[in-house]
Amino acid sequence: MKKFVNEVENILTESLTGFGKAHSDIIDVRLSPDFVFRKNKSQNDKVALISGGGSGHEPLHGGFVGYGMLDAACPGQVFSAPTPDQMEAAANEVHKNKGILFIVKNYSGDIMNFEMGADMIEHENQTIIVNDDVAVEDSTFTTGRRGVAGTMIVEKTVGSLAETGASLEDCKIFGDHVNKMTASMGVAFTSCTVPAAGKPTFELSNDEMEFGVGIHGEPGRRREKIKSANQLTDEILETILEDLKPDNNQEVLLHVNGFGGTPLMELYLLFECGQKLLEKKNIKVSRSLVGNYTTSLEMAGGSFTVTKLDADIAKHWDSAVHTPALRWKM
Amino acid sequence: MNGDQIFNSINNIQISIKNHKDEIEKLDQEIGDGDHIFNILRGLDEILNLKEELMDKPIDHIFKQLGMKIMTTVGGSSGALFATLLMGMSKKYNSDLNALHNLSEMFFEGVQSMKKRGKADVGEKTMLDVLIPVSKSLIELQNETDFEKVANNINNVAKDGMLSTKDIIATKGRASFLGERAKGHIDPGARSSQLAIEAICNQFINK
Repeated sequence: MKKFVNEVENILTESLTGFGKAHSDIIDVRLSPDFVFRKNKSQNDKVALISGGGSGHEPLHGGFVGYGMLDAACPGQVFSAPTPDQMEAAANEVHKNKGILFIVKNYSGDIMNFEMGADMIEHENQTIIVNDDVAVEDSTFTTGRRGVAGTMIVEKTVGSLAETGASLEDCKIFGDHVNKMTASMGVAFTSCTVPAAGKPTFELSNDEMEFGVGIHGEPGRRREKIKSANQLTDEILETILEDLKPDNNQEVLLHVNGFGGTPLMELYLLFECGQKLLEKKNIKVSRSLVGNYTTSLEMAGGSFTVTKLDADIAKHWDSAVHTPALRWKM
Repeated sequence: MNGDQIFNSINNIQISIKNHKDEIEKLDQEIGDGDHIFNILRGLDEILNLKEELMDKPIDHIFKQLGMKIMTTVGGSSGALFATLLMGMSKKYNSDLNALHNLSEMFFEGVQSMKKRGKADVGEKTMLDVLIPVSKSLIELQNETDFEKVANNINNVAKDGMLSTKDIIATKGRASFLGERAKGHIDPGARSSQLAIEAICNQFINK
């Protein structure tokens, strides 16, 4: 394993501490229990947004704490859900008299730990469960679809709405709506190495890829020979559009997300493939985001996320945001 | 039941899990994401550190504190579920009952709490495929006086439950995202749970 590391068991603490120092103008980091929170708290009452999940997906979620997005984020061990006392401590730190809205990716561990955290706090609270990954079959009696790169789109848009002073109920409804309008799917070219394990989670030979992969280096829909970017784009977007069923001339946000080990050059190439294909299908890409936002340590590969835009989603996507990983208009 | 026995059991669980570390890690990498073994080992370390502090405390207090410690240090599904198990067990402690009767009632309650927390049941390729049958068998055996017989019996139930996860298509937990592809693989949570139960049972066998 070649990683920047001193002691494996200190990776998280050292990384979090560095993160706090590097962005000390906007965020603060509290340790034991660990959470990241906004430094300059809003003067007005607002719904407090708290997300969290396993580490290894940076900048998700800590990188999205700040004006216009999250109020706090709770990082767990690498790829492991955070513990309920982290959510409790974060909620007590950032609540602003209008309740707490938890944004949780749909994994059993995250759901259970956030539920236990919610049981421990006295503030009114609601939870949005993000499940944008169309690589996984959805069904009412299974865990269902995973939450992946679409999560940050929910965090951005609901964060913007919360900033206007909207109620907990309205934020929850809007978040569920954005989640429903969003679909993602990805491909991995390599595995990734969880530091504590010291070796890759799975093996892929040089000419193989994992199609429909998740964000933990866990296996996907199927393993197959690599294909051209256009062919991959075709297969992924076909699956996404089947799920979203966009109207003719539908405006969308197209997000190409890198998993951590793929250069931006390739991600922009993928964006070009996606944009062209959507244009051919009379779908208008009016908003875009390309980069490593929801990563899987050093895994090579990437995902497409499409969000169908209506006036509200577009407005709350465009609004000002100032976080370590996402910043515009301020 | 006393503090010494409880911590002795945890110690034996740790030895067994450590002996099977690579196997559990591999199972998890095949159908999960490889974090299970590290979470379990961290949790065992953390609760063994409480030995001095809790050893002489009342049994229900020990179970509750063990649960709290796991809840705040482990994370992931296993942290939430094992914490729920231990805290659930602490609620049913009744010093009027003999040890086996008491343990069976406590364990049944703990496993019921886990079912609720995980919204899962037998047949979904999780640790509950081991723990639910074990909890039911313990209730059936609670008046038995031959502890070795009980231990052998429970060992077999746990093993059958663990092996049953091999052919299940998961509907809950991380493996559910794999659909058919997880078939043929034993669930890592079921394996670690079975090993833990075996480590406890073996204390009563050949003595």
